[in-house]
Amino acid sequence: MSKTAPLHLRVPEPGCRPGDEPDFSDFVIPKAGEVDRPSLDVDPNAIREMAFSIIRVLNADGDAVGPWAGTLSHDELIKGLRHMLTLRIFDERMMNAQRQGKTSFYIQHLGEEAVSCAFRKALEKGDMNFPTYRQAGLLIAGGYPMVEMMNQIYSNSKDPLHGRQLPIMYSSKEHGFFSISGNLGTQFMQSVGWAMASAISGDTRIATGWIGDGSTAESDFHAALVFASTYNAPVVLNIVNNQWAISTFQGIARGGVGTFAARGHGFGIPAVRVDGNDYLAVHAVAKWASERARAGHGPTLIEHVTYRKGGHSSSDDPSAYRAKEESDAWPLGDPIERLKQHLIHEGVWSDAQHEAAEAEIRAEVIAAQKEAEANGTLGAGKLPSPRDMFEGVYETMPPHLVKQRQEAGY
Amino acid sequence: MSRMTMIEAIRDAHDVAMARDERVVVFGEDVGYFGGVFRCTAGLQKKYGKTRCFDAPISELGIVGAAVGMASYGLHPVVEIQFADYVYPAIDQIASEAARLRYRSAGDFTCPLVIRMPTGGGIFGGQTHSQSPEAFFTHVCGLKTVMPSNPQDAKGLLLAAIEDPDPVIFLEPKRLYNGPFDGHHDQPIVPWKKHDLGEVDDDYYVTPLGKAAIRRDGEAVTVLAYGTMVYVAEAAAEESGIDAEVIDLRTLLPLDIDTITESVKKTGRCLIVHEATKTGGFGAELMSQVQEACFYHLESPIIRVTGWDTPYPHAQEWDYFPGPARVIAALHQLMEE
Repeated sequence: MSKTAPLHLRVPEPGCRPGDEPDFSDFVIPKAGEVDRPSLDVDPNAIREMAFSIIRVLNADGDAVGPWAGTLSHDELIKGLRHMLTLRIFDERMMNAQRQGKTSFYIQHLGEEAVSCAFRKALEKGDMNFPTYRQAGLLIAGGYPMVEMMNQIYSNSKDPLHGRQLPIMYSSKEHGFFSISGNLGTQFMQSVGWAMASAISGDTRIATGWIGDGSTAESDFHAALVFASTYNAPVVLNIVNNQWAISTFQGIARGGVGTFAARGHGFGIPAVRVDGNDYLAVHAVAKWASERARAGHGPTLIEHVTYRKGGHSSSDDPSAYRAKEESDAWPLGDPIERLKQHLIHEGVWSDAQHEAAEAEIRAEVIAAQKEAEANGTLGAGKLPSPRDMFEGVYETMPPHLVKQRQEAGY
Repeated sequence: MSRMTMIEAIRDAHDVAMARDERVVVFGEDVGYFGGVFRCTAGLQKKYGKTRCFDAPISELGIVGAAVGMASYGLHPVVEIQFADYVYPAIDQIASEAARLRYRSAGDFTCPLVIRMPTGGGIFGGQTHSQSPEAFFTHVCGLKTVMPSNPQDAKGLLLAAIEDPDPVIFLEPKRLYNGPFDGHHDQPIVPWKKHDLGEVDDDYYVTPLGKAAIRRDGEAVTVLAYGTMVYVAEAAAEESGIDAEVIDLRTLLPLDIDTITESVKKTGRCLIVHEATKTGGFGAELMSQVQEACFYHLESPIIRVTGWDTPYPHAQEWDYFPGPARVIAALHQLMEE
């Protein structure tokens, strides 16, 4: 007989569940401007504490403060605000379209618009993103036509992917947006391979990998860090910690390490956390990390600390697993509201201008939607030909597929 | 022409491909400085430099995932999985990513990569160094699956695989690396240098994917085999005295069904031999396709001789391995029915 007490297992639980009072009191938020901005060739060991802090630029008064401020002009910030508004209105319209049966599925970005919109503006033409399904801001901010995005969402006759992919799983090589996989984590590793290929080829382009907090539990995440570190690949590795992996809170995938960014330490990769709801901070960090990669200093691991205000997807109901008030209690606020306040505070924006911009953008999104719907929707028809189903499995269709296509009547 | 082992032929194919096209890069566990545990990549790092042939961390998913990224960039990576038994951690990257990239992106991104792996038993590798996982790959749309049986084909098929615009699984029967093998494990290995099929064309040539080869002409029965089993089938045909036609499939997908059906319609009988386990094996697919195409020409039921439905045992390797005795018995059974 053992003299010790029976062993027991720890199963982490989030701070609150439906019916509870949201409580973020143990979430430590550093003051804006308080985290240093290291040189591009910094020794990763010298900035270990940055994996536990949070880089922030916008303070509560709407000022841009500290060493990470000043990477964007007022004009650029107004454009950034417009990108975020576009993404939010686009999401709103497409969520409704899904509810109306015009498509099968949708994933929105509510509360996380700054992450992808700001990041995109730090990249150069030719760089390649390996995104997840929650970085459509990379396309919006990169100028990809909304009509094309909607054609894909509707799986209609003009869908660039011929109806083969789930809605929102866009692909555009020209716009530096790698084809999205629904298998989580796989593309984190691929981004490192792409970056290695760029370096092998003597190119100047860099890659970015994207992964959610929950998916960091996949082996691909760890493999990506090993390869990126070993070969000093020119890649920026982004973890978007939006607190929730469907119904599973981020503490389940995180383990006891403290932060997701801290995982970079074991690989000698500079690792930082950034306020993902602060457009200015995300842009500054993205610029720093991409400049590091381009200058040959290798990978950077960035944890974007944000909050998924909406459901995981149009199929998800978050009220079943988290407190209804939790999203409003999120202490880093709303990215659009924060940037708006900053611009008003700077005297270059106003409530009236904001309202006018919103109306203008809504009209643009509705016009794009009308144009896309004229090409068909999943619910109402004008779908790609079933013949397309057989094309593109291989560059040249092998005989057995030709036979099957004929058998199907195409 | 030069006499070569299959290892040398594979190395030569890498060399020719790397010299022809600087987009070809080679990596995997131990393949760089050391040249691979089977020495298939020996000398390549010295000749082409460390960024075109290099060692990788022990992470099969990492190796394949990196190769998918590289291929989508525009390189032509050739990666080695040290043993086919170790490919399973990379299955997601192969089946969900490499295989479907062209399709799901409508050709926006493509994945021209080759995944090489030593496969099969016969070297006392036990259950972790002997498996034949070809059926896993033939079940995945978007992949091509190749298994050569001799040095000449190995070089030509590998060069074709490297040039192929789509991902290719290249399975190398490790029992054939140094010489052919007719299943008589108590006999000394005949080196490729003393075998006609050890003759390999110099320089560049391709053996097209999707084309089978008739290794032995016959009128009485068609034997379908690939890899090591081609030699077992040939030995069994000789020793049984039955006029069997032996077809070496060379490529499992796309399958050269025309050559197969032409032969089975001629002979009226079909025997399938493979080393992989029976249930759900590639033999089941062959059986179905032959039945669909040749039912009214068949004079007896199609038979499979395969590995047993167990992991590959160490001490009982030769009881597991489908040797000539089992193939001969099956041939007689086919002729009697």
